[in-house]
Amino acid sequence: MRFQLTEDQRALRAGVRGLLAARFGRERLRATMDVADGPELDRGLWRELGDAGFFSLRLPEEAGGVGLGLPEAVLAFEEAGRVLLPGPLIATHLAAGEVPGAATGEAVVTGVDGGGVVEWLEAADVVRGDAAGALRMRSVDPLTPLHRAGEPDAGDRADVLLTSLLTAAEQLGTAARVGELAVQHARTREQFGRPIGAFQAVQHLCAGMLVRVEVARAAVYAAAVTVDPADIAAARLLADEAAVRGARDCLQVHGGMGFTWESDVQLYLKRAWVRARRPGAVTECEELLAAALLSEAL
Amino acid sequence: MDLADTPQEAEFRTRLREWLGRALPSLPAKPSPDDWPGRRAYDLGWQRTLYDAGYGEVHWGADPAVRMIFLEETEKAGAPYVGANFVGLLHAGPTVAAEGSDEQRARWLPPVLRGEEVWCQGFSEPDAGSDLAALRTRGRRDGDHYVVSGSKIWTSHAEVADWCELLVRTDPAAPKHRGITWLAMPMDAPGITVRPLRTLAGSNEFAEVFLDEVRVPVANRVGEENDGWRVTMVTLSFERGTAFVGEVVACRRVLGELALAARENGRWDDPVLRRRLGRLNAEFRALWRLTQWNVSEASEGVPGVGGSVFKLRYSHARQELYEAAAEVLGGEGGTALDLEQPWLLDRLSSLSYTIAAGTSQIQHSIVAERVLGLPKGR
Repeated sequence: MRFQLTEDQRALRAGVRGLLAARFGRERLRATMDVADGPELDRGLWRELGDAGFFSLRLPEEAGGVGLGLPEAVLAFEEAGRVLLPGPLIATHLAAGEVPGAATGEAVVTGVDGGGVVEWLEAADVVRGDAAGALRMRSVDPLTPLHRAGEPDAGDRADVLLTSLLTAAEQLGTAARVGELAVQHARTREQFGRPIGAFQAVQHLCAGMLVRVEVARAAVYAAAVTVDPADIAAARLLADEAAVRGARDCLQVHGGMGFTWESDVQLYLKRAWVRARRPGAVTECEELLAAALLSEAL
Repeated sequence: MDLADTPQEAEFRTRLREWLGRALPSLPAKPSPDDWPGRRAYDLGWQRTLYDAGYGEVHWGADPAVRMIFLEETEKAGAPYVGANFVGLLHAGPTVAAEGSDEQRARWLPPVLRGEEVWCQGFSEPDAGSDLAALRTRGRRDGDHYVVSGSKIWTSHAEVADWCELLVRTDPAAPKHRGITWLAMPMDAPGITVRPLRTLAGSNEFAEVFLDEVRVPVANRVGEENDGWRVTMVTLSFERGTAFVGEVVACRRVLGELALAARENGRWDDPVLRRRLGRLNAEFRALWRLTQWNVSEASEGVPGVGGSVFKLRYSHARQELYEAAAEVLGGEGGTALDLEQPWLLDRLSSLSYTIAAGTSQIQHSIVAERVLGLPKGR
């Protein structure tokens, strides 16, 4: 057992982080959301992601892919979650090898999820599932346009599992990032003549965030290795919790500034909410894990 | 990232399983919790059995992954826990091994491994619990002895211990971390009074130890005078992520038993309760993965985020587990109030987990200041 990142995995993570820092920094993030008709998908960036192998990561090399596995995909999606990279990343990743152009980032693929919600419908070249007559919502997340489709799509069971796992990976990245933002703020923001991070109440909020991140990280990475449905459900539950509660605690640490549109904290929280209700959400995970208790105990 | 055993690990696991299958059936019956001499004999007997089979030193120096397999398999097989050997095997022993002289190692280590001597821990004091460095027990130098006066508390196994790893203040004028010395105190020395301390669970788990002019030879000092804090910190990190392996395995087993019990008594049909058990499954699975992560990290010699993160989450989760047990098993006929129910004693015992070995509040501050680098707290 060597349950640690390999050298190659560390290099992959650093590579993705570098690419995203160069191509999707904070200015780009704010520019994407401050568009009157809602955010637009950056097709140039999508192609670059395709060139970098983001979508074809798990395709065999014979099929023009990178030939890596789920643990590597999880690391890439964790990085996407750290910077709030927008777009139907998971649907396009899962379509690589099936939908022409998805692997290279030439085609944008989205899908109707189990709750009947579609992300990035208008930007998509290909929609999996029935999105006829879908109605546009006023999306809570300024970086994710949402539509409500008539029929929920049960989806392919394997796809639902992978969507849940990669969602957990994105949530993990977001949870880790909001933890860092909270700590940065707590170190520098002064009140009552000292950094607020010297107050135990603030310290304990930040420590709680880290604990949730570390527990979720172990669960997400393990699920990527085992691909066991109960492991994936556990990873999803804990990563959703780490992201949503982490973003709320980060907002709290930022005080009044955290409540403003200018602060990025809102974006992390809203995206975490959007992801948390994707297929394989709380109730389904808890029921699956409860059933697993019985079958494992027998 | 890999969760499978290496060939060596798999071989160790198989060999251990086979041995446990042969060794456990011939064990004597467990003594009652209040029978201290019986507990001592039982726990030492188990250590001797392990020693004779070549597993006596599994806690020391072994690859953390091997140690994790040992703890996992012994717990799964229902083998005894370290019990009265806890301090000797997991704390004082490693301290002597790392910081003691050759002479000290030869005197103190073999009896621990062979299951012949029991150690207890004289760290906490009535006014120095989580703030361990505030301890006040004095150790005054008198020729080739230290003369020790003061009192210790929460000392498990004090009634049956042969030795006590004792922290005393040898320089009251020094900054509070600097004037402390580590001593091995023989428990039969004149001037020692042990008074059992009854816990809220009704058990005599701990004792208070009163020290009145107890003479401890200077030769029993491990490390330099006034360097006891460093000596202690070296070994507090010894367990390197494996401290809770057995407990997490045990919690997962209890949770599975609870689910089966809930199905038996109909409580499984309550979706709120059922999902609560499902969430606890997520919790203990994740804690198991975090254990594996920390153990792998320790195997590479990398200092990890560490025990505080794990302990914070685990202590809370274990309390939640027994809250859920009360919901599942305590519904009828007042069984939730009946001390004959073994799970109720576990529920009461679990109340200590967020307090012992540094309260959750102190652990949060440790994480904030030492891991996250936030300014020193107020």
